[in-house]
Amino acid sequence: MDKPRVAFFDFASCEGDQLQIVNLEEDLLKVVGAVDVVSFREAMKGHSDNYDIAFVEGSITRRSDEPRLLEIRKNAKILVAIGACATIGGVNLLKNFQDLESVRKFVYGDKFFQYETYPARPIKAVVPVDLEIHQCPINRDEFVMAFKALLMGKKPEFPNYPVCEDCKKAENICVFEMGMTCMGPVTRAGCGACCVVEGSVCWGCRGFIDHPNADSEREVLAKYGLSVGDILKKFRLYTGFSEVSK
Amino acid sequence: MNGKKVIQIHHVTRIEGHGNIDIQIKDGKVDKCQWQIVEAPRFFEAALRGRKWNEAAHITSRICAICSIGHTLCSLKATEAALGITISEQTLKLRKLLINGETLQSHILHLGYLVVPDLVGAPSVIPLASTHPAEVLLVVRLHRLANEMSDLIGGRTIHPQRPVVGGFAKWPTVAELENLYQKLESAQSDVMTLAGFVKGLAPNFPKFSRETEYIGLTHPTEYAFYEGEIASTDGGKWPVDNYKSIVNEYLVPHSTAKFARHKRDAYMVGALARFNLNYNKLLPGAKKLADDVGLKPINFNPFMNNVAQLVEVAHAFEDSMQLTKKLLEKWDPEEKPIVSVKAGLGSGSVEVPRGILFHEYEYNKDGEIVWANCVIPTNQNHANIQKDMEALVEEIKERPQEEIELMVEMLVRAYDPCVSCSTH
Repeated sequence: MDKPRVAFFDFASCEGDQLQIVNLEEDLLKVVGAVDVVSFREAMKGHSDNYDIAFVEGSITRRSDEPRLLEIRKNAKILVAIGACATIGGVNLLKNFQDLESVRKFVYGDKFFQYETYPARPIKAVVPVDLEIHQCPINRDEFVMAFKALLMGKKPEFPNYPVCEDCKKAENICVFEMGMTCMGPVTRAGCGACCVVEGSVCWGCRGFIDHPNADSEREVLAKYGLSVGDILKKFRLYTGFSEVSK
Repeated sequence: MNGKKVIQIHHVTRIEGHGNIDIQIKDGKVDKCQWQIVEAPRFFEAALRGRKWNEAAHITSRICAICSIGHTLCSLKATEAALGITISEQTLKLRKLLINGETLQSHILHLGYLVVPDLVGAPSVIPLASTHPAEVLLVVRLHRLANEMSDLIGGRTIHPQRPVVGGFAKWPTVAELENLYQKLESAQSDVMTLAGFVKGLAPNFPKFSRETEYIGLTHPTEYAFYEGEIASTDGGKWPVDNYKSIVNEYLVPHSTAKFARHKRDAYMVGALARFNLNYNKLLPGAKKLADDVGLKPINFNPFMNNVAQLVEVAHAFEDSMQLTKKLLEKWDPEEKPIVSVKAGLGSGSVEVPRGILFHEYEYNKDGEIVWANCVIPTNQNHANIQKDMEALVEEIKERPQEEIELMVEMLVRAYDPCVSCSTH
């Protein structure tokens, strides 16, 4: 059997998910050895439109970027969105909740009309997506797990329970008990509660679990002193797209 | 010379982000030569409006993955300046160690994975795994160590979680720092082998020179990465708060990223700029390496930016060992950040791998951002890339098209541009 042909693409993003793949170090050589990488602009010269699996990083933020994504969708048998920008819009969505003309003027001044943009959106808002690998940036181990599953023709399984479970397993003290607030109760686990482990809080970058109890989360945040405005902002840091896509 | 050469590279590969090169040469005359930035803008400065003091670094880290440690630290410095927060000596040293981690991982990645293929005539690092296995494994080893160091101190290599306003949310343990010191020490021979490998390839870097201005941080007692004043090789020193009068950003229609200029029509930032400004502050091993490879200030060849990166790799390893040792002499794992919120305006600057970076925020009394500005190293390099490309193409316009193509791509790559970062 021929090796599967794999391509990597990116749209509006920091390219951190592709960098996580490069950061696999020795394992990167195994990954690229198991497939034919036919396009990976950040790391190699040359390109082919003939590929089986396309990994796509980044959000779509311009109408003029859509044709390139449609072309990728047409060429790929399997399209995988990688990283929060691609799966839930990431921090690119923050601008969506401001007046877009004011956003453009703030950055580009009186020449703002030269710089096209529209409300940022995840890949699935433009084309059908076969698989999503969450997190900002993606987790190296989870990528390798999903990659192996795809090569074996299986659909990888991702947790559908909240980060709180990962947090308990990591034996963290709940951040609410330390006077901070957290998106963990409604956010998809699988990260090992990595930010809480490092002394921070869960920001919500893996997106909501399938049926988040958002009302309860809002109540908890209010109980811990957040205003209605602050709660809204906290939800919008990563999960604002669920607000507009309802 | 008759005939027409049309070079359209959409998009340049083995760089971060989306940039195009458009060149037209007709009958020996260069009709067009343009470096275009087509990256989608993400409007970070606008998006920051209304966000809290403890979110600014988390958000702006996402401007760029490979410089995310630098963005985090620069953002923290701007917020701390605005809120009037001072940091401890321990935090200062640990941040310096963290920024070394980023410089190392980024420079090693750029040299080993992105530049070396050009020097040995390969399309990427992948075929090198079979043609140069020992060298590739060496690069991988050093890259992994740099990432482990960043993970250990920042909590993650990309978008670090531990550095927070006022200090660190979590500290490494003494045992971890001791272990890091040993690893850095035993990597010294790898650094020398890498230096020998790149030195052997150095004659393959194109000979090209164009006088320009170099701008970066400078510090009285150290090779500046984390702190200092703004300096120029044309003379002059300025406090960081005056950065706007140095960068003078402007818009061009073929770029979504802003361009910058100081006194001349362009200036360069990055490893070569730092080397040109701060050569005297290099640690002994790095200085010796620079002398061995024949790199002297002021060097006007942008391709030598890669060699300056190599010199900085040696410097950052040496400096990291010294910092780790000093941290271990006096270590307080109980230190907690102390923050109080007030209205204020503050700017911060650090040297990230690609050059000098500025963040500036204005906060209201509730600690919410009302105004923000970020000036990225590659922003500041775009005009210089353009000017270099014009001069280079003029010099090599008679050569075969493929050769011109390779040379202009190598020129862009030499800057190690962070294109999506520059557009932000």
